[in-house]
Amino acid sequence: MSALPDDELPPNMTVASRAAVYLRSGGFVAPLITVLVAFLAGGLVVLATGHNPIETYQAIFKGTGFNWVFPWLSEDDRTIAALALQQTLITTTPLILTGLAVAFAFRCGLFNIGGQGQYIVGSILAVWVGSSFDGMPALLHIVVAILAGILSGAAWAGIAGLLKAVTGTNEVITTIMLNWIAIWVGVWLFGLGGPLQNDDPTRVDVPVSNDVLAGAKLPVFWGDAQLQGLHIGIFIALAALVVFWVLLNRTTLGYEVRAVGFSPDAAEASGINVRRNYILVMAICGAFAGLGGALDVMGWQFRIATNDIPANQLAFFGIAVALLGRNTAIGTLLGALLFAGLINGTSTRNLDPSVFEPQLATNLTYMIQGLVVLLISTDVLVVYLLRLRRRRRTQAVAA
Amino acid sequence: MTPKRVGWAAVALGILAFFVAVPPLTVRSPIVVIVLAALAMAAGSYAVTAGEKRIGWGGIVAGLVGLVGGYAATQSGVANLERVVVWGALGAATLRYATPLIFGAVGGLFSERSGVVNIALEGMMLMGAFFGAWGADMTGSWILGLVIAVVAGSAFAAIHALFAISFRADQIVSGTALNLLAVGITGYLYVQVYGDLGTPDDLPSVPNVSLPIDWLPLFGDVFGDLNLLVWLALAAVLVTWIVVFRTPTGLRLRSAGENPLAAETAGLNVVRTRYYAVMASGGLAALGGAFLSIGFLHTFTQNMTAGRGFIALAALIFGRWKPGLALAATLLFGFGSALASRLPVFSPSGAVLFQALPYVLTLIAVTGLIGRSVPPLALGRPLPRS
Repeated sequence: MSALPDDELPPNMTVASRAAVYLRSGGFVAPLITVLVAFLAGGLVVLATGHNPIETYQAIFKGTGFNWVFPWLSEDDRTIAALALQQTLITTTPLILTGLAVAFAFRCGLFNIGGQGQYIVGSILAVWVGSSFDGMPALLHIVVAILAGILSGAAWAGIAGLLKAVTGTNEVITTIMLNWIAIWVGVWLFGLGGPLQNDDPTRVDVPVSNDVLAGAKLPVFWGDAQLQGLHIGIFIALAALVVFWVLLNRTTLGYEVRAVGFSPDAAEASGINVRRNYILVMAICGAFAGLGGALDVMGWQFRIATNDIPANQLAFFGIAVALLGRNTAIGTLLGALLFAGLINGTSTRNLDPSVFEPQLATNLTYMIQGLVVLLISTDVLVVYLLRLRRRRRTQAVAA
Repeated sequence: MTPKRVGWAAVALGILAFFVAVPPLTVRSPIVVIVLAALAMAAGSYAVTAGEKRIGWGGIVAGLVGLVGGYAATQSGVANLERVVVWGALGAATLRYATPLIFGAVGGLFSERSGVVNIALEGMMLMGAFFGAWGADMTGSWILGLVIAVVAGSAFAAIHALFAISFRADQIVSGTALNLLAVGITGYLYVQVYGDLGTPDDLPSVPNVSLPIDWLPLFGDVFGDLNLLVWLALAAVLVTWIVVFRTPTGLRLRSAGENPLAAETAGLNVVRTRYYAVMASGGLAALGGAFLSIGFLHTFTQNMTAGRGFIALAALIFGRWKPGLALAATLLFGFGSALASRLPVFSPSGAVLFQALPYVLTLIAVTGLIGRSVPPLALGRPLPRS
């Protein structure tokens, strides 16, 4: 029997174990259908509000820059597409990492909603290291700043892991609280009169951090560094995907993590230190998210403005990325590409306003993202498909 | 004196340590504050060692807060203090800031007491904020605006109910999805309907209730001129307490959240009970959102709830899923916001940190340092299929 229908799942399963069952059963068909349904629903909204959904989606697709791969593109169009694709890949970088921060926790039966806080803490430390220590050798400066981001993210998430391990406190609640503490601490640090507000006398009234020094900026390898070309962070994110896969599938820790995810009680009984796993897993999740924050400030933002701190939704996209990607490495990559495309395809910079207003389109992105998570939350479609297949099979046997 | 009384005395001393340093007493000597706070912490420690951990730790924390707050007050100028600490205005502002949180927390209480986790309060509130403003604008009446807000909130909550209860989805994932969806839906409609101009300036708004109690020294300033929705929020707490803890309906609701199988065996329709509870939750949270848009700020802006739904959730947990304690928590958080909004007079950057206070306190509360917050037993568990 390849798949268990919902009715036969053991009671009190963790989220992760349920997801794992669906993973074995649904394959990549279910996420594809989910995305399709979400886009269809989004198209209906566009249609209902008096716009042309096909033209809108075409314009959004053009805005993603994915058409760069089409060989028949004219030279001019390819130049424009390249600019858009660089943007999309810049966004893909943190989305992979915030996605991994959610996915790794899921595999251990934990739900990490704290990606936002971990990302913020990572970006704060990275911007501080990156804008201080003038005169440090460039490569060393980059490494130290990235490490600061990773470690601070790990420590921030580690708090939630520690509380889960020691007092059994639900990690959902603690990570939500830690998100908002990180937001307000960030606003305080870089706000007017805050300890880390910029020390440039001409920007006394601007609540923004110091700029990252030239030596700590990540090199741009595609496009113009002055026009926000693609920085090397994408390779670091891809490497993180490999680390995630190896960690999970080729190490003792990964084996333990998955065992705890399936059933904490069984894992405990077979001698696995569940508490240690909770702390480690949350710290690793935080490391991924913190790295995402560090790469963003060192790759293209170069400073943190207080307004941007609460407005940053990347970590919530990370939840959609991980769920859509079924908490696997390859799935997370594809999910990150999809949502990065959506974010940039609907941005003011890339979407043709004569076809569809970018402000509307940005909200369309949020809607599609919400729908994707909602549909995945239950795997209605998977269960439905499973039943259908099972019925057919029993009918075939009867005949 | 019993250890418990000592613990309560510790809490009172901690509050006193702060109180003596601000108007009307305005003691200028930090020694008084330090002595009072030290006494509070000593009494708290005694209570802890004598076995009264919860109240004892409460006393120690109160002493610490009193020490920091009181010491800060003795170090700042009298004129500044008198501008910031105007008790009447602070009290009224506390209630204003607490109102959306009260609606949210009470709404969350219905849902969570019935066994359904509701982290979608933020989204439900946002729906209420938009549809309250839109409804009031379309119909020209704030009453219909509130009605439309409640209907929209309940309908939105019904999606959560459908996925969480009927489809047995993971309730946290579907709640997260609803929060995202609410940002998208309200943002889209806002841009579509109001465009760049924003909501009209003549948006009908919920009126204030003027009471003829100006002559009362403190109460007149606090309660004399409050928004109608503030009173409704306070009434909602009372009604919720009666309904949930003093009626058969409430007993059924709580049994669905504590032991759904037993409730089902006893003939209760757990699924239906949970549906009603979640939808009530949405309607109440939406009222909190509508207070923001047509009671307080008289406009709608994208994502205007800005985390208030999560503070409401925090207050619910901090208040141990009980209406009275949750009200106390929302008032505490509201006081923090009220103080933060007046502090910029002499410390703009420090005031911001006050915004983090609710979350820090809740973090401490859920970890069990000051007594454990124990959720309803079956919270987050779908009803097993029979």
